[in-house]
This record gives sequence, structure tokens and C-alpha cells, in this order.
Amino acid sequence: MSWVNAVVQGVLLGGLYALFATGLSLAFGVMRFVNLAHGDLATFAAFMAFSLTRTHAVSILVALAIVLPASFVVGYLLQRVVFDRVIGADPAYQIVATFGLAIIVENALLEKYTADTRGLDFGKLATSSIRINDKMSIGWLPLLTFLCGVGVLVALALFLKRTRLGRAFRATSDDPRAAQLMGIDNRRIYSVALAISLLTVALAGVLDGARRSFDPFAGPIQLIYAFEAVIIGGLGSLWGTLAGGIALGVAQNVGAQISPQWGPMIGHVVFMTVLASRPTGMFGKAEAR
Amino acid sequence: MRTDDLRVVRGTTTSRVFAVVALGVLVAAAFLPSWGEASTQRKMIELLVLLTLAEMWNLLAGFAGIVSVGQQAFVGFGAYGMIVFVNNLGWNLYVSVLVAALGAVALAVPIGLVAFRLRGSYFAIGTWVLATLASLVVTSINQVGGGSGASIKVAGTDPATRLHANYWIALAVGASAVLVAYGVLRSRLGLQMQAIRDNEAGARSLGANVYRTRFIIWLIAAFWTGLAGATFYLNNLRVQPTAAFSVLSWTAPIIFIVVIGGIGTIEGPIVGTILYYVFKDHFSEAQTKYFIALGLLALAVALWLKRGIWGTLRERFGVSLFPVRRRVVER
Repeated sequence: MSWVNAVVQGVLLGGLYALFATGLSLAFGVMRFVNLAHGDLATFAAFMAFSLTRTHAVSILVALAIVLPASFVVGYLLQRVVFDRVIGADPAYQIVATFGLAIIVENALLEKYTADTRGLDFGKLATSSIRINDKMSIGWLPLLTFLCGVGVLVALALFLKRTRLGRAFRATSDDPRAAQLMGIDNRRIYSVALAISLLTVALAGVLDGARRSFDPFAGPIQLIYAFEAVIIGGLGSLWGTLAGGIALGVAQNVGAQISPQWGPMIGHVVFMTVLASRPTGMFGKAEAR
Repeated sequence: MRTDDLRVVRGTTTSRVFAVVALGVLVAAAFLPSWGEASTQRKMIELLVLLTLAEMWNLLAGFAGIVSVGQQAFVGFGAYGMIVFVNNLGWNLYVSVLVAALGAVALAVPIGLVAFRLRGSYFAIGTWVLATLASLVVTSINQVGGGSGASIKVAGTDPATRLHANYWIALAVGASAVLVAYGVLRSRLGLQMQAIRDNEAGARSLGANVYRTRFIIWLIAAFWTGLAGATFYLNNLRVQPTAAFSVLSWTAPIIFIVVIGGIGTIEGPIVGTILYYVFKDHFSEAQTKYFIALGLLALAVALWLKRGIWGTLRERFGVSLFPVRRRVVER
């Protein structure tokens, strides 16, 4: 039964990884942009929520209602003011610029919050669970996190497929010059894309902060898990991202079931195996360029 | 004008004068143990290690178009090579430095085979993941100290003599890194590499083997990066997995050094390393603020001063201390 439990918990964890990965996948899909500060911005959001609940004594839901729109705005401005200058440039400059931001965020958080680990208090939600039988129960929080991950992906898929702006996203992704000729403002598309990317990763960061404690240097490993989910699932496929997240979550949990220290390692090994044997991932359309 | 009247040259008066000056500096540096203090030697070792790492990262990112955020893996391999060959196998300290670097190259082959399936930014994160995995694997091996690490055994050797030897090794590693980077760039391989960077399809159509060229550069960089790691820990002795495989202690400063100094030039990393050191002394009490300042500087350079300090100077004044370009002049 403990194996079944490991798989079930792994699937739920996979929803969280998919949530981390969605923004990464979207930014890459729309503008071939990889944000190395992706994970650090999630940690930043978690610290904002921490400050709001701690020093301003608001509930976690109120904190989310402030942090999420704020992340959207920060993402929009970040793209407009800073990262627009490296879109389409040599990837080296994207990497340096976003890596620079990652180091700034990490150290700014260290300066403000010290290296202590923190946690977010979700109250009763964090401790209550649905009891299946003696050996297995499903926590409400992991379940809700998973549903958030799936919900965000469904919403994003509908947005891309059904709305006018979503069509503009796809057009810009396919051919930015032609899209511009058709009257699409690429800069606006890019800004909205990073805004959505930050919104989703902020949600992921806050939900992750409820699951386990975090410190100013928690970002890079979140970026790595998000990236692994994207690659395992296959670039350019939203559902692949979900499948990749779940595969990673299950691999880690089953690995941890074998031996506690093996969890992350088995996840990395699965990632490596997929990369070595099938670089386009489970649902990928194209090789990473 | 007939073609007989023309010839192709690379050197300039400036570069020849510089070569003489550089040789003088190198000789003076070689005699540092007889006139400098021990603390100066230790600082110089650190500076030379960083210079080596920076030149190699620059060779990868600035010339071969391969941006790696996983170079800390090779520093770690160099460090752990020392543990394995000196502590576990009882080999000579200085032979081990070389063998540890070769070990890093051996491990660079499988890592490269996997990572080279990714391109651009995804290659960058891919190498980061592989470095993280390498660190996890090393941490789980108890024979090399597991999570707490180990110290390189140097019992029975005189610390002062050792410091001199370490310093000379660091000097040799640093100088050879600059010369190798320069040599590679002037070679056929370097020409292919730059052609690939500037126009991959064009280079391919002219017969450049993109994969092979990149892979050779990857291995060269792994060798000198491993050498730098082994040299640093030869002096530091205490090897801990989190520190040896740290992206923040190794790859972050290297990227900043290269980008601020001037990516895609041999001189850039030298300028960057010296600046980095001046900066570091200035901020020595506030490491956090130091990293924030460096991050801001790198971000600003990536956005507005893409060529970095040296690249901008070169563009404005046309100076080149390590000329790579061929120029046609009248006889």
C-alpha cells in the first residue's frame, strides 16, 4: 500500500511541478525566452506572502489576492523595461541578464530575511486530509495544489485556443514578423506572457511554501524541477508539461520510498534518461532550440 | 595593385609591445614568492584560478556559442579528483592535480553527450541540472566523505614550500589557460568555432563540423576548469560537496567576470578578473551587497553594454592585445 501511496502523492506533487513549469513553458513558447530567475521569483512571492501574513496579520487568502496581481504587474513591467532588450538576441545575453536577476533576488532576500528557513501557515487546510484507509490519506492542501496546477493549465489552454489575445500569442510564437505585419503588438504580447508566467509561478511558490519550508536560496532547485518537467513532457506542449510534472513527482516519491536520500536523484535520473533516449520528451513537437 | 603587393598579418605594434610587457609581468610574477608576502600569494592563487575559469567559460560562451551554467561540476570533479587520488590512492599531490583534470575531461564526455541534445538557454539549465546531479552523487559516496566532505592529506610537507609550489602551479595554470584560449582561437578550430557562432548554417555548408568542434572546445574547457578546481583545493585543502559544486561560488562570479570584462575577447576575462578583485576587497565585509552589486552590473552590461568593458574599448580605439583577426596590408 505504501507504494500506491507514494504514487498517489507523487501525482499530486506533479501538479505543483506542472504549475512551476507552466510559466517557463509559456515564455519559451511565445518568445523563446528562458528566465533563469523563474524559481527565485517564486521564492520572492512566497516571502511576500510570508511578510503579509506575519507582519500585517492578514489571512493567506488575502495575501494571495495581493501577491498574485502584484506578480502579474511585476512580470509585465519586467518584460517591458528590462527583458525586451534581450528577446531575439544571442541566448548568452538572456542567460546573463536573467541569471543576474536571480543573484540579485536571492541576495536581496538574504539581506532582508536572513538565511533562516520560513514556512507559510495555511491553517487548518494544511493539516486536514481525506482518509482513504489505514495507510493512505490525501491531504486537502496537496489535492488543492494539484487542482490549481490542472486548473491553470486548462485555463491557459482555453485562453490560447479561444480568445483573440490567445490567437495573437500563437501567431507571435509561430512567426513574430508576420504577426507584427498583421497588426499585433509583439512587445505587448511578450509583456503579457511574462506577466502570466510570473502569476503562475508566484502561485506555485506560495503553495510550495505551505508544503515545505523555504529560504532565500530555494529558487534554483524550483527552476530545475520546472525545467525537468518541461523537458520530460516535451517542449511546446502544455499537456506534456502536466505529464512531465507528474512523471517527475512520481519518480521522486517512489525514489524516496526506496531510500529517503534517493528522492531527488531518481527524479534527475528519469530526466536524464528521457533526454538521452527521447530528447523531444513525451509529447514534444520540436527539439529545444 | 597586384595580389603580390599584399600580405596577411595578424600582429600589430601594440600587440608586439604588449607581448614583451606580458612576458616581463609573467617573469616578475614567477619570482613573487621571493618578494611577496604569503597572503599576496594566496590572493594571487585565487585570482589565477578565477582567471582560468573565466577564460574557459569565455571560450565556450563567447566563441563556441555554448553557454554553460554547470561549470561548477568540473571544479567539483577537480576537487574530488584530489581526494580520490591523494587520499584514497595515495598518489603524489602534484601528479594528482593533472590526473584530476583528466578525470574531469573523462566525465565531461558523458555529460556533454546528454547536454548537447539541448540548445541555447535549455543547454544552460541542462548543464545546471547535470552539475546538481553530479553533486548529489558525490554527496552519497561515503569513501570521499559523503555530505561533510574531506581534507586533502598533506601530512609531512612544509606549509611554506607547499604555498610556493601551489602558487607556481596556479601561475602555470592561469598563464596556460590564456595561451590555450588564444592558441585555439588562432587555429583552424578557432576559425570554425567563430564561423559557427556567427552563422551556423553558413559554417556547416562550408564543411565545418559543428558538433565535433563544439565538443572539442567543451572538453578543453573541462580540462582547464578541472585543473583550476584541483589547484584551488590543493591550496584550500578542505573539500566540501556543497562548496565545491556551488553555482554561486564558481559559475556566477565567472559569468559576471566575463560579461563585465567583455565576452568574446581574450582580454575581457583578464580585465574582469582584476575588476572583480578590486571590487571584492572593497566589499569584503558585505558579501550579500557585493553579489547584489555584481548582479546589477552584469544585468546592466547584458542590456546596454553588450560588448563589455574591453569589447567597447576595442571598438572605440581598435586596440587588440591578443590579435585573432587576419588583416590584409600592403607590402
